[in-house]
Amino acid sequence: MWELPLMPQQASTIAEKVDALYLFLWGLTAFFTLLIFVLILVFAVKYKRGKVADRSNAPDTDHKLEAVWIVVPLAISLVIFGWATSIFFEQVRPPADAVEYFATGKQWMWKFQSPEGKREVNELHVPKGRNIKVTMTSEDVLHDLFFPAFRTKADVLPGRYTNVWFNATKTGTFHIFCAEYCGMQHSLMIGKVIVMEPDEYERWLTSAASGTAGQATADASETPAQAGERLFTQYGCQTCHQGASGTLGPSLAGVYGSEVELQNGEKVKADDDYMRESILNSSAKIVKGYQAVMPNFKGQISEEEVMNLIAYIKAQQGSGATAQNLTPTGKR
Amino acid sequence: MPGATNGVFEMPKTTYINAQEGIKSWLLTGDHKRIAILYLISISIFFALGGIFAALIRIELLTPGPDLEAEMYNRAFTAHGIVMVFMFLIPAIPAVLGNFLLPIMIGARDLAFPKVNLLSWYLYMIGGLLTLSAMLMGGVDTGWTFYTPYSTSYSQSYVFLTGLGIFIMGFSSITTGLNFVITTHKMRAPGMTWSRLPLFVWSQYATSLVMLLGTPVIAITVVLLAAERVFGVGVFNPNLGGDPVLFQHLFWFYSHPAVYIMVLPAMGVISELIAAFSRRRVFGYSFVAFSSLAIAIFGFLVWGHHLFVSGQSAYAGIIFSLLSFIVAIPSAVKVFNWTTTLYKGSISYETPMLYALAFIGLFAIGGLTGLFCAALGLDVHITDTYFIIAHFHYVMVGATVIAYLGGIHYWWPKMTGRTYPEFWGKLSAMLIYVGFNLTFFPQFILGYLGMPRRYHVYPPEYQVLNVLSTAGASVLAIGFMMPVFYLLWSLKFGPVAGPNPWGAKGLEWETASPPPTLNFDATPIVTEEAYAYDAEAEESAYQAALQQAKHAK
Repeated sequence: MWELPLMPQQASTIAEKVDALYLFLWGLTAFFTLLIFVLILVFAVKYKRGKVADRSNAPDTDHKLEAVWIVVPLAISLVIFGWATSIFFEQVRPPADAVEYFATGKQWMWKFQSPEGKREVNELHVPKGRNIKVTMTSEDVLHDLFFPAFRTKADVLPGRYTNVWFNATKTGTFHIFCAEYCGMQHSLMIGKVIVMEPDEYERWLTSAASGTAGQATADASETPAQAGERLFTQYGCQTCHQGASGTLGPSLAGVYGSEVELQNGEKVKADDDYMRESILNSSAKIVKGYQAVMPNFKGQISEEEVMNLIAYIKAQQGSGATAQNLTPTGKR
Repeated sequence: MPGATNGVFEMPKTTYINAQEGIKSWLLTGDHKRIAILYLISISIFFALGGIFAALIRIELLTPGPDLEAEMYNRAFTAHGIVMVFMFLIPAIPAVLGNFLLPIMIGARDLAFPKVNLLSWYLYMIGGLLTLSAMLMGGVDTGWTFYTPYSTSYSQSYVFLTGLGIFIMGFSSITTGLNFVITTHKMRAPGMTWSRLPLFVWSQYATSLVMLLGTPVIAITVVLLAAERVFGVGVFNPNLGGDPVLFQHLFWFYSHPAVYIMVLPAMGVISELIAAFSRRRVFGYSFVAFSSLAIAIFGFLVWGHHLFVSGQSAYAGIIFSLLSFIVAIPSAVKVFNWTTTLYKGSISYETPMLYALAFIGLFAIGGLTGLFCAALGLDVHITDTYFIIAHFHYVMVGATVIAYLGGIHYWWPKMTGRTYPEFWGKLSAMLIYVGFNLTFFPQFILGYLGMPRRYHVYPPEYQVLNVLSTAGASVLAIGFMMPVFYLLWSLKFGPVAGPNPWGAKGLEWETASPPPTLNFDATPIVTEEAYAYDAEAEESAYQAALQQAKHAK
């Protein structure tokens, strides 16, 4: 308890890169702070009032010197900018093969769901060495899913999907914090990410599914896509959206990720946010050739259910990495 | 004490302080100096109040577990933020030092609109008291940033009343800015050209532009927040088609430039102090002057660096990051210019100079750690952690508060006619320096380790650094309290200062201490540049005086 760590654990592929930049910047800070400190000290001693020193021809200005200390900091800044931005691109662009987990933030708990369908609260089990993308939304206020050991975080917003991704390099238990102030128990909206060896993770999954954890129900073993399929029928979506081309609504097979032409001639990409909007507020962006007849599901369907529905729609691709990720392969 | 001016002067008979008597003559005054004193008193009280909330926070964080209830803690840090930002840091230097000095420094009799100036103080007080009354009724728990939708749809606290207070205080900022800009343009004494303006005036001018252009945006934001909360209009509510991130854009469009409202005047103070105590013209005067304007302009273009993880477009993040690096350059240059000003000076180390030198060091760390925050890939990890807390306290306390205190000590003899005990002044300056670093430096490490801000309980491995920080805060508190006692003591018992106790240049030192109501007996005519010091000549004069004193013994 009384040891004094100066750096957090490095447990993701990106952590080392962020730390390198961090240490470089401290080196820079130390250099310039010491430079100024030493200059002040030297001048302070040498030119103290009452002390004999050469004070003749004191310069009022020196454009060359000033140019140097404009150009040098600018050059250093641009280097840091380039370096930091390249790390940022890596942080915000999940790799194409990333396995998709889901998270919902809610005052004051984290709900997670793995692609295999395992639901957890405030705990997230993941396998080591795999690219993992967490797609998230909030049921109420702003939250922020923060993994200090992975050096990444992203805000979680109501009404939108954001995501965060990582590839854990170390097994163990690491902090999950909520980093965006979300009300009274903000500091208790914490959790643990448990990184396991892939085969251990596999065992954990099956043991949980067989009910040893005591919390596994039939529902909990459903994959998001399976739950989505069930909801698709339950909410009667199939009456309009089934078949090659639905009578009332467009077919959803292969629609995910494609460009959709709208009634007003605009084109939108059928991504997570578009899907969500079309479910909750269906009249906002009507696909060309169809009428605004779909009911709005706002207030009737939970964010988790929306996620599951989208997972199901994604799985309708027939091919592509996303759909495969959503299908239990048994390999994990 | 160089010059040995103490004990040989008499107080002037009529000053702005005793020209009129009675509480009414203060509350209805149009004299910029009296209004500055009204601000000084109210701002000092608010600062103490903000400090009490800070103490609550640090006491809670001494141990990992909860000592205060979560709700109480949330209200305490919100109150600390609101009081310190809106009621202390933003008005402190402009409203106290700027109000007192700007007209005198340019050789004017008063500000352009004395009654508007008084109105500014009333707006400040009305807004401040409304906000305070909200705190007395139970406070507000949204954080000083009021992020939606928590503040509009979820918080069960006095958001509306607090917002109303901030809205009204904003008008105080706008009117003060307007008054300063027009005064600087129109009221300069004959010969006081733009290139002869003291750098403090330049910085006040740049600050006033930011106040004038930026403050209306926070006013609009607060109105939208209120409309959203009371009528549910839906601008920020995703369920009604609004965008919660829009609030953050609007909020930071003002609140980032607000950082420059705090720091630019501080830079102006430091330029004055460094010049006076090293007996040198500030190195690269024109660059220092224009860099204030550059910071004011660029300061409006970087707000999005608060939103790197908010879900804003990654490409917007890149632009904001680049601009944030660029806005750091004029600040870096100022640090080098101040340091170079010491070269070949004749430097003495009275209390204000200690503050000025402390400022350079602390501002350097505050500025350089700003690069960490501007660096996208790194900011993703450190944003919303204690690293950010440490960084902005280095800028806001390490720079602004230090400069404010340095300025108060430097111009105290001018404002009151008396000097304070140097020993206590130096001791408190050093305590503040040590206490400050001990409080905030550990927070850089704490933040990088991952401790998020606004947590009232935390994992036990963060305790050591929190204990250090709280210990530092205690030292800092003692350092802040000492000036209250010796400055008040000096009002009655301090040696009479005389017009120019430091032997400094500048119009304010050419009139009596304290000045008469109309500042000067006759309108001054300016014939030389600001800081027409000659360190070499002043040093030989000092040496000669020293020799003479030796022979006399």
